[in-house]
Amino acid sequence: MQLTVWTYEGPPHVGAMRIATAMQGVHYVLHAPQGDTYADLLFTMIERRAKRPPVTYTTFQARDLGKDTAELFQTAARDAFNRFQPQAMLVGASCTAELIQDDPAGLVEAMGLPCPVVALELPSYQRKENWGAAETFYHLVRTMCAGATAAPRTDTARPRVNLLGPTALGFRHRDDVIEITRLLDTLGIAVNVTAPLGASPADLARLGEADFNICLYPEIADTTCRWLERQFGQKTVRTVPIGHGATRDFIAEVAGLAGVDPAAVLDTSNLPWWSRSVDSTYLTGKRVFIFGDATHAIAAARVARDELGFEVVGLGCYNREFARDLRDAARLYGVEPLITDDYLAVEDAIQALQPELVLGTQMERHIAKRLRIPCAVISAPVHVQDFPARYSPQMGFEGANVLFDTWVHPLVMGLEEHLLTMFRDDFEFSDGAGASHLGHGTAAHTPARPVLEPVADARVAAGGWSPEAEKELLKIPFFVRGKARRNTERYATELGIAAITLETLYDAKAHYAR
Amino acid sequence: MTPALPAGLPGCVSAPVLRERGQREVFCGLTGIIWLHRKVQDAFFLVVGSRTCAHLLQSAAGVMVFAEPRFGTAIIEERDLAGMADCNEELDRVVDRLLARRPDIKLLFLVGSCPSEVIKLDLSRAASRLSVKHAGATRILNYSGSGIETTFTEGEDACLAALVPELRADHDTAPGLMIVGALPDVVEDQFARLFAELGIANVHSFPARRADAMPAVGPNTRFLLAQPFLGETARALEDRGATRLDALFPFGAEGTTNWLHAAAKAFGIDEMHFRRVIAPGRERAKRAIEHRRATLSGKRVTFLPDSQLEVPLARFLSNELGMVPVEVGTPYLHRRHLAQELALLPAGTLISEGQDVDLQLDRVRAARPDLTVCGLGLANPLEAEGLTTKWAIELVFSPIHGFDQAGDLAELFTRPLRRRDVLRV
Repeated sequence: MQLTVWTYEGPPHVGAMRIATAMQGVHYVLHAPQGDTYADLLFTMIERRAKRPPVTYTTFQARDLGKDTAELFQTAARDAFNRFQPQAMLVGASCTAELIQDDPAGLVEAMGLPCPVVALELPSYQRKENWGAAETFYHLVRTMCAGATAAPRTDTARPRVNLLGPTALGFRHRDDVIEITRLLDTLGIAVNVTAPLGASPADLARLGEADFNICLYPEIADTTCRWLERQFGQKTVRTVPIGHGATRDFIAEVAGLAGVDPAAVLDTSNLPWWSRSVDSTYLTGKRVFIFGDATHAIAAARVARDELGFEVVGLGCYNREFARDLRDAARLYGVEPLITDDYLAVEDAIQALQPELVLGTQMERHIAKRLRIPCAVISAPVHVQDFPARYSPQMGFEGANVLFDTWVHPLVMGLEEHLLTMFRDDFEFSDGAGASHLGHGTAAHTPARPVLEPVADARVAAGGWSPEAEKELLKIPFFVRGKARRNTERYATELGIAAITLETLYDAKAHYAR
Repeated sequence: MTPALPAGLPGCVSAPVLRERGQREVFCGLTGIIWLHRKVQDAFFLVVGSRTCAHLLQSAAGVMVFAEPRFGTAIIEERDLAGMADCNEELDRVVDRLLARRPDIKLLFLVGSCPSEVIKLDLSRAASRLSVKHAGATRILNYSGSGIETTFTEGEDACLAALVPELRADHDTAPGLMIVGALPDVVEDQFARLFAELGIANVHSFPARRADAMPAVGPNTRFLLAQPFLGETARALEDRGATRLDALFPFGAEGTTNWLHAAAKAFGIDEMHFRRVIAPGRERAKRAIEHRRATLSGKRVTFLPDSQLEVPLARFLSNELGMVPVEVGTPYLHRRHLAQELALLPAGTLISEGQDVDLQLDRVRAARPDLTVCGLGLANPLEAEGLTTKWAIELVFSPIHGFDQAGDLAELFTRPLRRRDVLRV
């Protein structure tokens, strides 16, 4: 058993729901107890979908347990087919139904429904949401492409590709698809099928007609892309176009496979100039901690170091399926990879590293808030505010612009940083007021609040700090104070110094100044 | 099942109830943890379940998950399913670790889920075993919040029912009053002041805010249900000799008056004194409600099943605001506790128990009520079809009981209609 308060991923059947909800003409019959319908509100509330997810739950209750539940399942499947007339159906069990061992596959096969039915095996006690989504997509594609061969192309004028991976509840999937489709169009490349988002089962049957595949989100589409490689001999573009450099690499890879000239689309991002402008100088070497799904975390690390000039001090992901990719990336930045789905481990890492910026999921946003560290969201899971009304891709050149704005915004702005240091005794710039845009600020006219950390009365405080050293520490701007405290304490421990004095503080400062 | 009722009773008392079984779009009882853990401040709720349970709590609790919550999930993993002995050891390990980290926890609930019920993990045995181990520091109880047994607010019922056998026996000869059902602190305090003014001295809330302050119970205990979903808890209290005071539920001016009056009668409070004490609150409630009448009067409302609050709320909306209930759906209809409420619903209201969500939505689409009270999985899709909705969960999380919340309660139903009118997009 694992003690959990917060999970990065839902159970695998939620992954299957993400596929069904993304598509048209698919209906999912889920053998699940009353209550599991909660997952609907992820789609209707977080993503604000205007339609119910195409999912029928059997919602069995205690009194149904026994042989009743199998019949309940068949009735639900039959009713769902009659009501929704799907082109294809998914059937499967949630965690509880997995335990009662009704066999959805066998039950539905016996019914002989007049549409393709994919029976999903999603082991709820081993696997999670992303895996469930990948597996569901893969089996749907296999079923719909059964018997198809790579069709000889009649129209050879425009190269055609499949965009694979975007789903419902995906972080910025909606806008990434628009951005990449537009980019491909400029290159003269047509999108054959985008799937699963917006695709129907009939569309999946046409996947073989493309020249090659673009794996936009490996977490969802990698398994399918590998199968399509084997089945139709289609090559896969694996560069994920998040960031300016990655987008250029992506274009080169795509243009190479399609045999088109990449020149038309290059250099349309503001990021390089924004980043080179002197206003951004203060971003140099800002220590950043990155956590999320592997794809977004790895992409973010490259942008952070190469395009914004940050120092990557921590890199991790919660999805073990992509741990190897993340480890490889961590080596590039010389940091210890953090592969965990325990948010407490992530919190410990952030606390220990004292970064100046955290890039992560909704969870890291809350951790950072608690630790008063600026933060931006780069990956699912996310709350409703990260399904914005405005156009806001992560991919492509416009995505790079979005990344620049999103990541720089939470940082204390350069000038503000100087003001905070120079005028820290002024009440407007006191610790209590904080950075104007971080939301910590109270009314500007309240007198300076008492300092946040109490100065101990004893000659030497509990942590070994003398009162005057403690006082001096408070003169250091709050956004680097944590680091200063930690460095000083580590320095003191290493040298076996029991009481931290003013001298120790500045000795440590000199020691760590590199 | 239900005893035959004589025809010709007022309102909907003898109305036929549409009983449906099919897909139910409801929360399971685990969701009750979200408000119960705020109420009992030294209790921790440990769900023994799957990743789905953890994901449910996280989705339902939203940002609350980050405020150092006093709930969590012991997620059953593949290897736990291999052998039961292992499962118990694992549970002990998780509980030990949890209590070591949170020594302030005085009451720990092991909350059963669908997976733990289906594999028949004996949480009551585990609770007694662990209670012995942690004796003196933490009491450990268990109840089931599984979806196969409980719907949404029934989780609170199961939790309180599990607490009842633990309550001290009350040997006091003077009668005492127990208010049953978790209420927001502010509401609880308002009621406490009213009862004090009425002259009912010995008043306690169940659950109390702290584990060691739970009220005593005995043959002299009179109890008022503050919530309509407490069937098991009421029965457990009655088993310990307590007497339920039958009343309307305290929603709106009329409901609250009737509810307080039931206690006043039982405690022999002078009628004139009663009227004098409640007059100011009752007047305030009526004034506050009146502001919303123009918007709501004559509007047709349908409730989809969610919390069992549907019948009393429909009664409030129809009696005090002039709304017309079309269909009042409830996950479970406790006829005895709701007898007075049903009598006050307009004859001809369709009362439905249970759900087949697709059929029920067909009825909603056919009737096109002005307002549909429903869960968050249905609200946006119905809005997109042009039906105005009020999401029901807010009615469980907001203070809505008593005189001083009557206006707020009416406002909750007014807001969606007002918004529909002000938007020009």
